[in-house]
Amino acid sequence: MAEECCVPGGIVMILACSGGSNVGQLANQAAVELTQEGFGKMYCLAGIGGHLSGFVQSAKDVPQMVAIDGCPTGCAKAILDHAEIQIRSYLVLTELGIEKNKNFQLSREEIDRVKIAVKETCKKDYVSKG
Amino acid sequence: MDIKVLGPGCPKCQQTEKNVKEAVAEAAVEAKVEKVTNLLEIAKQGVFGTPAVIIDGQVKSVGKIPTKDEIKKWITK
Repeated sequence: MAEECCVPGGIVMILACSGGSNVGQLANQAAVELTQEGFGKMYCLAGIGGHLSGFVQSAKDVPQMVAIDGCPTGCAKAILDHAEIQIRSYLVLTELGIEKNKNFQLSREEIDRVKIAVKETCKKDYVSKG
Repeated sequence: MDIKVLGPGCPKCQQTEKNVKEAVAEAAVEAKVEKVTNLLEIAKQGVFGTPAVIIDGQVKSVGKIPTKDEIKKWITK
């Protein structure tokens, strides 16, 4: 087997709030597509919220991570704080100018805008922090 | 004490297993060390990557090779 066969080296852990609003579901959809495109790997925020040790320790040990909250309520951030996990990259989708509502017909334009913002946030953080 | 080393078999997983076994021997702790290579069994633990080390049901390390000193701290607490 290759040297790196079973290590997620360089893969960004993506944690989306996946909440019950358009922005929560935008976070979720962006995480799904970024995973499908190979940018990172979506991971289970619910497992961390449940304090399951495999999930909590994985989030503590992974070198690169981005947390995506839909709105300033900050559920994803709160879950990570509660589990004493250091947040590396972080963004809130309403701060991109997307208004929170209950319309679950997500637009292609907004999904793409979120994906670009996630990539830029990670790039900025991992370049500036080395 | 029950110790599981999760990993399908790459050099990093093998090194982790070696470190665990040596740490157990050096600390003179009674422990059963099990290597878990079955991907379904690994997935059940919810870990993001391997190698991973589980001690008495608690995941201690994921995606990296823990040092013998780290392992000794975990098993002598």
